[in-house]
Amino acid sequence: MLMRLSVIIIPALIFYIVLNGVLSRTDVYDAFVKGAVDGLKTVVNIMPTLVGLMVAVGVLRASGFLSMLGELFGGLTERMGIGAEFVPLVFIKMFSSSAATGLVLDIFEQYGPDSRTGLLTSIMMSCTETCFYTMSVYYMAAGVKKTRWTLPGALLATGAGILASAAMTLFL
Amino acid sequence: MLNYIWAGMLLVGILYALFTGNMEAVSNACLDYAESAVTLCITMAGAMALWVGLMEIAGQAGMIEKFTAKLQPFISFLFPDVPKDHPARGYIATNIVANILGLGWACTPAGLKAMEELAKLEKERGTSGYKEAERAGGGREASDAMCAFLILNISSLQLIPVNMIVYRTKYGSANPSGIILPAILATCFSTLAGILYIKMKYGRKI
Repeated sequence: MLMRLSVIIIPALIFYIVLNGVLSRTDVYDAFVKGAVDGLKTVVNIMPTLVGLMVAVGVLRASGFLSMLGELFGGLTERMGIGAEFVPLVFIKMFSSSAATGLVLDIFEQYGPDSRTGLLTSIMMSCTETCFYTMSVYYMAAGVKKTRWTLPGALLATGAGILASAAMTLFL
Repeated sequence: MLNYIWAGMLLVGILYALFTGNMEAVSNACLDYAESAVTLCITMAGAMALWVGLMEIAGQAGMIEKFTAKLQPFISFLFPDVPKDHPARGYIATNIVANILGLGWACTPAGLKAMEELAKLEKERGTSGYKEAERAGGGREASDAMCAFLILNISSLQLIPVNMIVYRTKYGSANPSGIILPAILATCFSTLAGILYIKMKYGRKI
């Protein structure tokens, strides 16, 4: 049900944006092409990082280190019917989104994106942010050292997101 | 941060392979994964161009500005002590809209400006630690508005998880965009938890 409703969201969004563009007399096609160039530039810019990070994840995986970590958390994840790599992913995601991406792709490769682990991973990655990275960059901009109640709140929101992802996965 | 994570992953992996005798697998993995990173980028290029192109239309048609204006009541609710005409509000709104639309390149600059403006606001109020001379002192405490802004940011506001959909497509998902609604619901839940916490803490000392 949720899966099927999701299918109309992208076409609906395209329809809405293009219609609004035409109604406001924007040169929609020119604007689109200009944006598309920016989008491609973004991809080219992340390619080197992605090569670096995927190789790092590949090395960790091939060395057997990830499966060793997985076995450590094995009891917990097995009972929930999900792959062991999910636990390290949650931690890495709090520090770096691109490092997490490397692990996500590895999970997709191993379990498939539509497996329970794949779905949980997809949803969890979509509803959480890189907590520690965001905090350090933003507070640096304001020159703040004491963050008061930011971290507990941020961790609470992240935890709620992970719980919600697990709940959603059960309904799919 | 990424420095240590990346180096750590490689060093730990290679050392661990030394003990487990998986060195040949590690050697192959290096080249295999480097290649699949490039393949992935090629797959992703189309979707990224499409999405950012659409957002450019939305920007030129004034849709993003309109959303920003509509957000003002919500900002008053979450940041009651930021004055109505303060520039921080505009940046906070832009950051939220960019986050919702998944425009990574637009949210960080707006977010950084918002934090700077919130720091200026504390300086205008004469909060200790924020006067010019004290900048280097490092005794600055986050204001309520800063805490709230960051929690909101970290709770994730993204509407369409474009990256995830692309990765799912690449790895042969039967329904790559099937995660959109569940992801939106999960995002709402985490944001709601964040907002409840903000409401509990805002304006109380300690």
